[in-house]
Amino acid sequence: MNSKYLSMCLFVIVAVACLTISTGNLSAETSIRCATTTSLQNSGLLDYILPLFKKKTGIRVDAVAVGTGAALEIGKRGDADFVFVHAKDLELKAVQEGYFTNRMEFMYNDFIIVGPSNDPAKIKGIKKASEGFDKISKSGSLFISRGDNSGTHVKELSIWKDSGIHPKGQPWYLEAGQGMSKTLRLASEKSAYTLTDRSTWLADKDKPELTLLLEKDATLINYYSVMAVNPQKNPAAKYTEAMEFINWVTSKEGTDAIREFKDKAGNQLFYIIEKH
Amino acid sequence: METIFNSLIRAFYLIVTLDKSFTEIVVLSFKVSGGALILASLIGLPLGAFMALKTFPLRNTLFGIVNALLGLPPVLVGLLLYLFLSRRGPLGFLSILYTPYAMVIAQSILAFPHVCAISASAIRGVNPNLKLLCKTLGATEFQTALTIIREARFGIITAVMAAFGRVISEVGAILIVGGNILGVTRVMTTAIVLETDKGDFELALALGIVLLSVSLIINTLVSKIQSRYVHLSQSERGFLQ
Repeated sequence: MNSKYLSMCLFVIVAVACLTISTGNLSAETSIRCATTTSLQNSGLLDYILPLFKKKTGIRVDAVAVGTGAALEIGKRGDADFVFVHAKDLELKAVQEGYFTNRMEFMYNDFIIVGPSNDPAKIKGIKKASEGFDKISKSGSLFISRGDNSGTHVKELSIWKDSGIHPKGQPWYLEAGQGMSKTLRLASEKSAYTLTDRSTWLADKDKPELTLLLEKDATLINYYSVMAVNPQKNPAAKYTEAMEFINWVTSKEGTDAIREFKDKAGNQLFYIIEKH
Repeated sequence: METIFNSLIRAFYLIVTLDKSFTEIVVLSFKVSGGALILASLIGLPLGAFMALKTFPLRNTLFGIVNALLGLPPVLVGLLLYLFLSRRGPLGFLSILYTPYAMVIAQSILAFPHVCAISASAIRGVNPNLKLLCKTLGATEFQTALTIIREARFGIITAVMAAFGRVISEVGAILIVGGNILGVTRVMTTAIVLETDKGDFELALALGIVLLSVSLIINTLVSKIQSRYVHLSQSERGFLQ
């Protein structure tokens, strides 16, 4: 270890710096930012359709994946150009407040209730989601809530409301405050019930030790929408490019791509709302 | 057990074949943390030297503040920077939220106290007789300062490396201001968080191996430099006394 060696270390650091500065600006291509939900990222849909859109238009879409509640906040602050989310009531409220425009509800999948395979609350075979929740609460089995104001969390709270139960603060009700995959893993580790969207459930590679127990209730349909940040509220928003994406993703080309998107086992994860 | 073993094998495969999804993330990590280190050093090293060599009012208070900042929580830096850089925030006109620039700024805020405090204490730790010796030899104040800083060079390099070790492994701040966007702001630590979420352990493990190697290399270098430093200062102390 002599000073020659040390100056070499310094040289490496300086070289990295120069590299950073020279290549700092990635390129001049147009890019727009999308605030979206973890389910669309974790299922792999975004990684599938965004390159197709880029190939067609040359516009790169940078996706920031958080819960729906947080995604709407990012859009409201003008830190994204459009949002791709799933919580109808929250969306309509934000549109009414003037933060978003051109809302298009065009795609869906569904929520399912999963739980430990021995099903201590005996909800298998039940048709109504609210009835299932009622049984879970009566059996005292653990239930994991997303607890992050995401679309799934909003749906879960509306089911609790239907069943007339106030779960908050109950010893069997745990709020994870995490994304869907992490919540599934938590439920698996703790042998607990939880509500999940089907695409995250199917796409999760490290299958948690849970079983699908309740599905196909009409209240469990999960609608996704895209909407542009209103340029009148946030003049810096790239409205034209955002609309280009919204028009593409709801066009035949975009919806066909979404229909074609499959998980590793070949399951279709998202469906398109057919126009009447 | 099987999961860990299989994932490890596939992780090594990713590293050996230099898979693009893997190298892209590693390169961006080094760019962001390297950039942050330069920025922090440009401000932190001169300030550290100034604090160590000059006496001025509130000097001890400044030392106290910089030392306290060593424990700055990354998520707090991320949150505050997010509020500032958001388009609705005071620096929103820059529109750099969710870009690598925001990540560089976040990490340089985190690296700055390490660079400044450790280099200042290294310079302060130089044998005080050296200053007297310089003066008797007729050196100007500037020449004296340069000589003292030269003596503290090992300590200063330690400071820079410690700061690098802190920022390369940091996740809280850059996740908030970077947004973990594929190909744009996804670095090693934030990718590990996401891939673990997705249950895709091989990429997470491959990146983890790189992170571990980086911190091992840095720590080995730092301890080597320090042992050299102790050795040198002992011999010089003998000479000066």
